Amino acid sequence: MSLAITSAISLNPSKRVLPGFALSLGISLLFISLILLLPITGLLLQTAGMSWNEYWSVISDPRVVASYKVTLWAAAWASAFNGVVGLLLAWVLVRYEFPGKRIVDALMDLPFALPTAVAGITLSALFAENGWYGSILAEAGIKVAFTPLGIIVAMSFTSLPFVVRTVQPVLEDLAVEDEEAAISMGGSDLTVFRRVIFPSLWPALLTGIALSFTRSLGEFGAVIFIAGNMPYVSEITSLMIFIRLQEFDYAAASAIASVVLLASLILLFLINIWQAFYLRRIHGR
Amino acid sequence: MKTFKKAKSIVAAIVLGLGVSQVQASDQSLLNSSYDIARELFASYNEHFAQYWQEKTGQTVEIRQSHGGSSRQAQAIIEGLRADVVTFNQVTDIDILHQRGKLVPADWREQLPNASSPYYSTMAYLVREGNPKNIQNWDDLAHEDVSSVFPNPKTSGNGRYTYLAAYGYAQQAFPEDQDAIDSFVRTFLNRVAVFDTGGRGATTTFVERGIGDVLITFESEVNNILAEFPDQNFEVVVPKVSFLAEFPVAVVERHAQRNGNLELARAYLEELYSEDAQRLLAGFNYRVHNEVVQQEFSEQFPEVELLTIEQIAGSWDSAMEVHFASGGKLDQLQRR
Repeated sequence: MSLAITSAISLNPSKRVLPGFALSLGISLLFISLILLLPITGLLLQTAGMSWNEYWSVISDPRVVASYKVTLWAAAWASAFNGVVGLLLAWVLVRYEFPGKRIVDALMDLPFALPTAVAGITLSALFAENGWYGSILAEAGIKVAFTPLGIIVAMSFTSLPFVVRTVQPVLEDLAVEDEEAAISMGGSDLTVFRRVIFPSLWPALLTGIALSFTRSLGEFGAVIFIAGNMPYVSEITSLMIFIRLQEFDYAAASAIASVVLLASLILLFLINIWQAFYLRRIHGR
Repeated sequence: MKTFKKAKSIVAAIVLGLGVSQVQASDQSLLNSSYDIARELFASYNEHFAQYWQEKTGQTVEIRQSHGGSSRQAQAIIEGLRADVVTFNQVTDIDILHQRGKLVPADWREQLPNASSPYYSTMAYLVREGNPKNIQNWDDLAHEDVSSVFPNPKTSGNGRYTYLAAYGYAQQAFPEDQDAIDSFVRTFLNRVAVFDTGGRGATTTFVERGIGDVLITFESEVNNILAEFPDQNFEVVVPKVSFLAEFPVAVVERHAQRNGNLELARAYLEELYSEDAQRLLAGFNYRVHNEVVQQEFSEQFPEVELLTIEQIAGSWDSAMEVHFASGGKLDQLQRR
């Protein structure tokens, strides 16, 4: 409790670094409106010319529905994979010292820096049956490039930094004393991880996984080169939107886009609610 | 849309820059808006034309080129890019210039010989060394052990031509039997290994990734790929029946008039039909109508029965509506 009070007091002066609450809030709201709300409104307005029946028939077209399933499954697998690997990477980067650590740390952001189309082409070259990884996997009878598995690979590549970068700072702030106390009280490694470390990391990890998931829902550039894009099998929802745009059917494109947008918003909203609830429970605030 | 606008402004900036720097150098200048892969072709033709124009009129001319997906090029012109002539690879992209803004006359197809298409091509196959699956015609592509690669007809003109060629073949093979036609084309579509969004992507998939037994694309492209990867020993197969892929041209009259270029623009397109220019075009693996040149290049272009869009679907408008629109024939045939 005292910790919360002191931090509240110490935070107070820093609020005044920026001039005037009204001004800073005003700029923030204006920015949010211009950059976020206006384009989203524009998107929804594109669909305004459609009747409800037209809208429904566009978003419930069997091929589009198949693409939702492919996209959702692939994004789920990719973000689950990223949850495990991202946690591991963040752990290694925070808890261990090793030569070249800074380079590895910098490399984590590479998927964000790389144009996604380049990532897609590179991954499909590596995972094609005549590629470095693909030829080895082919011997085991696993095909990655031009299958739904390729979609998972591309999605997981482009969204891995979300998990690493959200977990890393929380892990850095985690007091080592808590762990030491737990160990001195006879907790096994597993118990310490499960009962002490993991509960503190969990909200950040979940946020990272959720960001990774929503990013994967919308990924286009990287996926398109490795997916194979077979109707009903490996077509992602972004491709459905792209096809409608090619047909100059902006309303239908926006209709499908609005489904993706809604799914992402609902997910992020639920995670936020759950997180607030969870934090209140473990911190007793 | 945003990137498109940006690309447009970059193009405009380049064009402007070139224009300014070359105003003093040449008496006249002309902007040719063209499709993606025609850069080398028109660079070479422009040289030819500049020389021809100088001999004829004593004036020097500077021809500027703009290249991109031809639908996007059309969009840019509608939105204000002041191109004098268009040299596209899809009839529908010039039609839209008339429909949205009356930039070209309604009868633009009648302004020049051969429906304003100075050269043409067709859909041909590139197969692997020795043609192990013995692919000769469209029916071979429906065999169970054959996998083919061509771009998605939904996103690429190239893919649409391939679909229409297969459909036209089926119409001939199964006259008056719509069920048999549909079932053939459905099988043909099911044999596709990968649907890339564009022609270049499909080439990469076939050549670099080693996917598929056959790549289907323009005959001109097939020959370019063959020349580009000599060590792969690909082979070219031209099917007995295929689709007439026209490469239409038109003067953007509204713009050419404003630029004071109408005469020059017309001459630029008419000269494409001259024997020398036709020889130049044939050198880039396009088929031409000039009989002398046809004779000279007869070995390079095997005989093929070419089906027109009118034979297959009546017109481009009805092809787009019946086959490629959402829920159209293509969608139905791809449905599981």
